[in-house]
Amino acid sequence: MLILGIESAGTQVGCAVGGHEGVLASAHSGRGRRHAEALAPQIDFVRRQAGIEISEIAAVAVDVGPGLFTGLRVGIATAVAMAYGLGVPMIPVPSLDLMAFPARWSNRLIVVALDARRGELFTALFRKVPGGVQRVRDAAVRTPQELSAEIQALDEPTLFIGDGALRYVDSFAGLRGVEMAEQGLANPSARYLVQLAHARAMREEFVQPWELEPVYLRLPDAQINWSTREGGA
Amino acid sequence: MGDLILGIETSCDETAAAVVERATIVRSSIVSSQVQQHAVFGGVVPEIAGRAHVQELVPVLADALAEAGVSGGDIDAVAATTGPGLVGSLLVGVSAAKALSLVWDVPFVAVNHLEAHLYASFLEEPDLELPLVVLLVSGGHTMLVLMEGHGRYRLLGSTLDDAAGEAFDKVARYLGLGYPGGPAIDALSVEGDPAAFAYPRSMVQENPDTLPEGRRYAFSFSGLKTAVVNHVRSDPGVATADVAASFQEAVVDALVTKTRWAIQATGARGACLGGGVAANSRLRERFLDVCTETGVRAFLPSRAMCTDNAAMVAAAGWWSLRSDGPSPLDTGADPNLGLPLLP
Ligand SMILES: [Zn+2]
Repeated sequence: MLILGIESAGTQVGCAVGGHEGVLASAHSGRGRRHAEALAPQIDFVRRQAGIEISEIAAVAVDVGPGLFTGLRVGIATAVAMAYGLGVPMIPVPSLDLMAFPARWSNRLIVVALDARRGELFTALFRKVPGGVQRVRDAAVRTPQELSAEIQALDEPTLFIGDGALRYVDSFAGLRGVEMAEQGLANPSARYLVQLAHARAMREEFVQPWELEPVYLRLPDAQINWSTREGGA
Repeated sequence: MGDLILGIETSCDETAAAVVERATIVRSSIVSSQVQQHAVFGGVVPEIAGRAHVQELVPVLADALAEAGVSGGDIDAVAATTGPGLVGSLLVGVSAAKALSLVWDVPFVAVNHLEAHLYASFLEEPDLELPLVVLLVSGGHTMLVLMEGHGRYRLLGSTLDDAAGEAFDKVARYLGLGYPGGPAIDALSVEGDPAAFAYPRSMVQENPDTLPEGRRYAFSFSGLKTAVVNHVRSDPGVATADVAASFQEAVVDALVTKTRWAIQATGARGACLGGGVAANSRLRERFLDVCTETGVRAFLPSRAMCTDNAAMVAAAGWWSLRSDGPSPLDTGADPNLGLPLLP
């Protein structure tokens, strides 16, 4: 079963094609956050590199967030349209799960922190389980200070992953037994997305294109202002 | 070939998809409006719009194909609005259109939203009479353009401040008529007297030659809006219907007077009305009068095709595919895209 994976939650945009034999081809690009311009040519390139026809794709996996709103929407809109046009199901994967996956060999508590801008992080905690990682605290929006205080209270060896962890490295440097994952793991990857999705496809964990729910974690600004105003009045 | 075009429109607060054959036969036109979601904020909230487009995308596409009685494999090209509009909204339609062009292995066509409004007029009348004077009026634009051919536009004049649709919205809000303001004022004006108050018509006079060239086809509505506000403030008991009708008459007067001047000065063979404000009944009536009076052919979109829809996008896409071919897959959205004007 061939899966097309599309990832655009962070500052990079990428896609990959793979299946039983692993990832057949992938592409990522980052500069300038031109997600909408880059993605469609990438998909065409990747399927040629993999030596497949678009019609052979049997499922479309997509990073559903949390992430940067506009970029995320480019990936999701592309993915749902591909799946709808092909008449195939989808496999939604949250961005933070995707980022924790390459750390599945670590015995440490895995802290994923994706830069959410405005001085905040999209963050979740994971632990290693046989064959992967398991989320032990759901995705949430935190300031680096809040996250640091939370980890300090847990008082155990941690591995920080993500562009948010690297950006606010000073906020976490004072924690006991903290390790920073390298730059290469700082963004969600379409290659890992296809790997993760393949396992889920085997278990038939599908949704239909019209059922796919993006994970935003933040309300639109107007609604935030509105509820504050309503609440205050 | 290239006869059946799927159009996608997501530039503002309507998620729309349509299937149009040879730019003239509307096989389906589905519009899902978010107006209720934005009404509480008194205007379109970009992030709410972007999210709603993602949610509505597949249902609207599915309805458009089903109503047209076609499947994806029958579609010959996919056209989408790439600008102007809200960038986070535009990107949903552009991304989806490019994805579908990959899946169905058919051309992708980037469409300018302003051109699409103009092509709404040719859905029913495909035989153009060129050159054509085009009056484009919406919430974001008010301009008079001379169309010399497909994709060949010369700007005659545009608004110096508010767009006509914006003026309608602002005055409607001041009068407490709600959002969107255009339809509210249109409806209320029927009960009012358009001659009740002589509100100012900016840069409109008997002889256009006495106006400097740069102002002859220009519009300005901010003075009119202020005049209405000051009037209601000084006379709170005034009949709202009379205010609405008189305000609307002043806007329409400026629009049609300058359209007439443009027809007379350019020797145009036809005149075309486009944009959301083209749905206004009084404007339609008086635009037709001007065309009759000057002896030119009138191109007027049906009411449903005036407000944002995807049939006009598909139609514009068909013409664009014929003249310029497909658009590249690395096309993005351009929130500030203007009408492609001749120098
Ligand atoms: Zn419009």
